[in-house]
Amino acid sequence: MNPDSPQAHEESAAASAGQPGGNGASGPSVLVGPPALDQHTPLLALLEQGLASEQGGSSVEAPALAGKAVDFASRGYHVEMTVAPERVVLAAQLMDSSGFALDTITGVDWLAEGQMELLYDYFHPESPTRVLVRCRVPRAAPEAPTISAVFPGANWHERETHEFLGIRFQGHPNLTPFLLPEDADYHPLRKDYAA
Amino acid sequence: MSPSEVIAAPEGQRETFVLNLGPQHPATHGVLRLKLTMDGEFIVRAEPVCGYIHRMHEKMAENRSYAQFLPNTSRIDYLSAMTYTHAFVGAVERAAKLEVPPRAEFIRVITSELNRISSHLVWLGAYLLDLGGFTPLLYAFDDREKILDLLEGVTGARLTYCYYRFGGVCNDVDEAFTRGTKEFVAYMRPRLDMYRALVTDNIILRKRLVGIAPISAETCRKYGATGPVIRGSGVAYDVRRREPYSAYPLFDFEVPNFPEGDCMARYLVRMEEMAQSLRIIEQAVDRLPEGPVMATAVPRVLKLPAGDVAYAVEAARGRFMVHIVSDNKEIPYRVKLRTPSLSNLSLFEEASQGLVLPDAVALLGSLDLVIPDIDR
Repeated sequence: MNPDSPQAHEESAAASAGQPGGNGASGPSVLVGPPALDQHTPLLALLEQGLASEQGGSSVEAPALAGKAVDFASRGYHVEMTVAPERVVLAAQLMDSSGFALDTITGVDWLAEGQMELLYDYFHPESPTRVLVRCRVPRAAPEAPTISAVFPGANWHERETHEFLGIRFQGHPNLTPFLLPEDADYHPLRKDYAA
Repeated sequence: MSPSEVIAAPEGQRETFVLNLGPQHPATHGVLRLKLTMDGEFIVRAEPVCGYIHRMHEKMAENRSYAQFLPNTSRIDYLSAMTYTHAFVGAVERAAKLEVPPRAEFIRVITSELNRISSHLVWLGAYLLDLGGFTPLLYAFDDREKILDLLEGVTGARLTYCYYRFGGVCNDVDEAFTRGTKEFVAYMRPRLDMYRALVTDNIILRKRLVGIAPISAETCRKYGATGPVIRGSGVAYDVRRREPYSAYPLFDFEVPNFPEGDCMARYLVRMEEMAQSLRIIEQAVDRLPEGPVMATAVPRVLKLPAGDVAYAVEAARGRFMVHIVSDNKEIPYRVKLRTPSLSNLSLFEEASQGLVLPDAVALLGSLDLVIPDIDR
């Protein structure tokens, strides 16, 4: 599944680095040389295909799920996917089978919109690819299934997201406070929690 | 009874007791507590208890401007403050599309790599102290002192540097710094050879580390472990190569990795990395371009465009990522700090099963934890 070998990437990075000023731009654009997006289109297609095939087989009228290419140079990730809460585990399984590693899980409280957003960051240990999976849940009942069965590393990230924002992860083996005191009954990263 | 038999023994046949390690214990390198369920000398289950020095940096970020939050980032992993501030200024520069002058990028690379060496030297001394060797600590801290002096000269700080700014660095380096850095590179290479002769090839050390607590590359991936931990399992994952940033693509260096996955492999990765950092520093100092060290048009009041921006760096302990969610105000809407120590420690429960206690201490030290980095 990984057509762009790490060696190939390193060579291309070295090649672009070897010709400073080659594109006529000054300084930084030459220095940084971010991974080109066209390298990742096979992965993007795979993401779209994987989720589409899953949708095709089911009778659930789910909203369209597909990876969207994002400009790495200005955003810091290559692919962005918005999924419904019931598809979070599916997205994690797809990431897992494609060899991705879980970077982190976090949440955002969109108080004005009455929603909470879950952000799942993934990186790939063998290829320069970053994926962000987003999931919105209602603020009144913020719940999503746990992905700790797919990525055991998610266990601590979900505990942290739960205590900071009050988002419950269904099926989590141990949803107790991780960094806050064991009797903490508040969620400090909620926007209505005054600092 | 072998370790595998201990784990395989049915619940009823085990006679276990709970052993508390920490939160104040020298082997946990900070305020970390381990709740160990033991069967005699063997660990059945190890549960890390975190949060003793939790400071809620992420909430602080939502109450102050980007510039006001910058000093916080150097207090997360206090041993690699340079790389942590680099990630935060990098994220802001990426979103605000600030152009950093080449000289500033070179200076960032030099100071970040010096910081990486000083961090690895603290690890070396503290790790060998864990294993019962006192002398190397004094040698390592002696060498680290030279780096701290160099960085103090240019940044004014010895530990919690706040030297990088949005668009560059706050002070240009002087001739004393470049000369001192060159002298340090020349001084440090024979010291690394000495460490090899004194420590790495020492039979007592090898008996404590070779074959102890192997971690597979798959386990590292499942837990998101990065840095010397995943490279000690044979995966050449290095953010400097995978998501090239700053001036790193311009320099020639290798990503040391060892396939064994044991404590010795993680030890060797860090020792080898110091030599590679010296290589990078040498190239960067030799080719340091002239010019300004700050971008010209940095707005006094920074507002990032609405949306998400992420920026990852290779810190001394692995992948550190800052994820900012902006709603186009002067104050960040949400800042997520993804720290390597948290992910690296999360595999401890699995990796420590069936180890005897002294080997678990060897494993814990080989993860090179900084506890404020976990607790934030």
